[in-house]
Amino acid sequence: MANQSKKIPYQHIIGFILSITLTLLAAWTAIRSNLPVMWIIIAILAMAVIQAAIQLFMFMHITERGAGNAPWNMMFHGAVVAVILVAGSLFTMSFGFSHDHGGGSHGQHQQEQHEQQHDN
Amino acid sequence: MQLDEFFVTGEPLIYAGMVAIVLVTSAIIFLLTYFKKWTWLWREWLTTVDHKKIGIMYILSALAMLFRGGADALMMRTQLAFPDMNFLNAQHYNEIFTTHGTVMIIFMAMPFLIGLMNIVVPQQIGARDFAFPFVNALSFWAFFFGAMLFNISFVIGGSPDAGWTSYTPLAGAAMSPGPGQNFYLMGLQLSGIGTLATGVNLMVTILKMRAPGMTLFKMPIFTWSSLITMFIIVFAFPILTVALALLTIDRIFGSQFFTLTGEGLPMMWANLFWMWGHPEVYIVILPAFGIFSEIIATFARKQLFGYSVMVWSIILIAGLSFLVWVHHFFTMGAGAFVNSVFSVSTMAIAIPTGVKIFNWLATLYKSKIQITVPMMWSLAFIPSFVIGGVTGVMLGMAAADYQFHNSYFLIAHFHYVLIAGTVFASFAGLIFWYPKMFGHRMNERIGKIAFWFFVIGFHVCFFPQYFLGLDGMPRRVFHIVPEWFNLNVISTVGAFGMGIGFAVFVYNIYYSYRYSERETTGDPWNARTLEWATPIPVPEYNFAVVPHVDSLDAFWAMKERGESPYDESKVEPIHMPNNTSQPFIMMGIFTLASFFLVFEWIWLALAGLIGGIVMMIIRSFDYDEGYHISSEEIIETERSARGL
Amino acid sequence: MSTEESNAKPLEYQTEQGEMSIIGFWVFLAAEIALFGTLFATYAVLFGRTADAPAPAELFEPGTVLIMTFILLTSSFTCGIAIHEMRRGSVKGVMTWLIITLALGLSFISLEIYEFIHYAHEGATLQSSAFWSAFFVLAGTHGVHVSLGIGWAILLLIQTAQRGITPITSRKIFIFGLYWHFLDVVWIFIFTGVYLIGMVL
Repeated sequence: MANQSKKIPYQHIIGFILSITLTLLAAWTAIRSNLPVMWIIIAILAMAVIQAAIQLFMFMHITERGAGNAPWNMMFHGAVVAVILVAGSLFTMSFGFSHDHGGGSHGQHQQEQHEQQHDN
Repeated sequence: MQLDEFFVTGEPLIYAGMVAIVLVTSAIIFLLTYFKKWTWLWREWLTTVDHKKIGIMYILSALAMLFRGGADALMMRTQLAFPDMNFLNAQHYNEIFTTHGTVMIIFMAMPFLIGLMNIVVPQQIGARDFAFPFVNALSFWAFFFGAMLFNISFVIGGSPDAGWTSYTPLAGAAMSPGPGQNFYLMGLQLSGIGTLATGVNLMVTILKMRAPGMTLFKMPIFTWSSLITMFIIVFAFPILTVALALLTIDRIFGSQFFTLTGEGLPMMWANLFWMWGHPEVYIVILPAFGIFSEIIATFARKQLFGYSVMVWSIILIAGLSFLVWVHHFFTMGAGAFVNSVFSVSTMAIAIPTGVKIFNWLATLYKSKIQITVPMMWSLAFIPSFVIGGVTGVMLGMAAADYQFHNSYFLIAHFHYVLIAGTVFASFAGLIFWYPKMFGHRMNERIGKIAFWFFVIGFHVCFFPQYFLGLDGMPRRVFHIVPEWFNLNVISTVGAFGMGIGFAVFVYNIYYSYRYSERETTGDPWNARTLEWATPIPVPEYNFAVVPHVDSLDAFWAMKERGESPYDESKVEPIHMPNNTSQPFIMMGIFTLASFFLVFEWIWLALAGLIGGIVMMIIRSFDYDEGYHISSEEIIETERSARGL
Repeated sequence: MSTEESNAKPLEYQTEQGEMSIIGFWVFLAAEIALFGTLFATYAVLFGRTADAPAPAELFEPGTVLIMTFILLTSSFTCGIAIHEMRRGSVKGVMTWLIITLALGLSFISLEIYEFIHYAHEGATLQSSAFWSAFFVLAGTHGVHVSLGIGWAILLLIQTAQRGITPITSRKIFIFGLYWHFLDVVWIFIFTGVYLIGMVL
């Protein structure tokens, strides 16, 4: 079994460089760029997802044959459940927001609901 | 801390409970000592990693918990039978409905089903044990000690009293000081972690240890429902773990998640609780569907109608179960849009469930039905569950829910689905697979008496509650007004009917142990799937020769071809894991740590935590390889079991 | 799977038990996703509920957090190299790279503790508001995972020194590797979802 792999792990090195670059890019987008807040959030979240994929595919060998289909299947459904948890909670609990997010894009709808809640 | 703060004082019923605990414990200790059974208990049961024995322990614990939860229920029904009863006071009533709900869901329904899965699933897929037998033992002891920790609360420290949903802010430190709520949190946490471990374990078992030739769509339907249930457990139980942990941190370490101060959001607890809680109800109903499917196919003497549709509807139900949680709190005040979305997704669940009902009916259609006791429970399930399901759709309509919410209509609904679904299935499954566990069938005649008492009692108890709900009787009240008297007294009579049914059922266990004919073949019901291919008593390795599967209902196909599942020429030595005391000790230490945390003795709890971690380190260095059973020994066992 | 392929399988997959343990660990990681997902959901819902405590934008500093992120990313990389060395059969390689991974993990934890103490001095503690409760528990849970990982890796180092690379030790190290990379994935989302968004909003 030994000594079959390549001497230099190119895959890991590429993955490492990519994740460092993406991190820097995300930090720059958030701190220095002048994009609208919504765009910043979308962009940095997208970069986070790409980085997670890099870890899964280049470091964690998710496609390795030994473990069959279980790994990507579980990771995929895990991601779906995580999205349901976060987005679903925000959606459900949105009436509870009492703070200005600064983004302003959530807008009036929530404000109305909030007032409604006080009326109850 | 004073001793009278530690023990619960001043309640005659609880004093009686204490006396009962002392008497039962001393009786057990006396019997074990008198018959010199301590080593037997330790070697054969407490340290076992055999899935069949662990399954039996799960089921025995679940029956004990059914007794405890049932006793709570009868006390509640007694209190509600007449207007202005003074059998229980308000505080005691609060504690009892809390423990009734928690015990029934967490410590009765799930362990009962997991116990059946433990015994049946490895045998159904032609495996010799779980993927991780050690973890399986760990899961059991986590559940068992968690249940004990929760149950001890009524004599030590005081029971939780905020409902089984434990809604904040009521359940928070400000409004419920003292150890009661902590018992709830730690008891559920321990057993929840055990359940999660079972989820991982059984899922890998089903995915990787099936007999050669058994593709996913040749698996027996109970195995399918178990697989999907494990899938839900893996994704839903971490949510409970986090929710419980957050509330624990709130209560003990002063954080502000669900508090009324510091801009905490008490409704977030309801959100998290039901994000777990709704998948949880499918965790306890999907295996029940699997059990009924097996029993109906066996006693209708037909292959299950629409097998693959059945599988897909289970998968669909599992997926939808993560998308409907808000229907538990429509009245919380989320906007109409939020409620509408979840109203629609809730009603969508009725579609795959309806498909399953029609598949069962189609399996029964034009078949020669054999009326056995497990079949009677299954036949009673179908119409009863439909009543529960239809009223569920009524509750799912958000606008109407404002009327039904937290009324006895809701109580009637979920008892109709949980008792007619889960409890009927547990009884049916236990009777059906009983020969595989104990080597004899349960007595038919007594079984039928128990069945009729329980089923009639069930309908008499819960059907009136729909109308009580419509008459405006809210849940969790401890005094009724005269207008609700008639229906309540009927309901109480029904509850005692169920109690008699349960008592007869338990008596049947004793009676059958004494008088039932011992089984000589491994297949007393002339059944269809692989678990009946093993001899009785089932050897610890299950299958001397791993069967080859090429169709659904593999054992039926074997019987039709006239093949025997056992071929002496193919016997090879079998590798088995050794028994180990580590799971028992490890979970015992963690339980002790949890107990200390319940009383907020932080340093002692920390010491216990370190003790548990030391046990994990010991486990990490344990390279126990197990042992092999020789071919000669296997041949000898098989010959005596099969009467060759 | 053909025999040819199964012959080419790495050592940790070669026993049935090894293969099942690895799959079991993937399933467990899925449960961990749900666990962290719940914590993120709580954090997101409680965002902005700072009460009298300072707002996140006042306290979060890009400097420390970026350094922590680079440390953890690097440790994930070195851990990957350790697995690579293990598959080449080099005991010395595995041990060296694992120790480097550990050292990086320790410095990450030290920085996190320093950061938490700093916030506490500025008046943001677990008790001060719903938002800060959510923050400390989310980041803290990740920190506890990293700490547990460090303890775990020390046990594996001892076992590798004792036994060399066997099907069992290689399985254990591979599983540890999965765990460590997974913690990196979680941190990426904490970095983005908590710190960067906290600085933007």
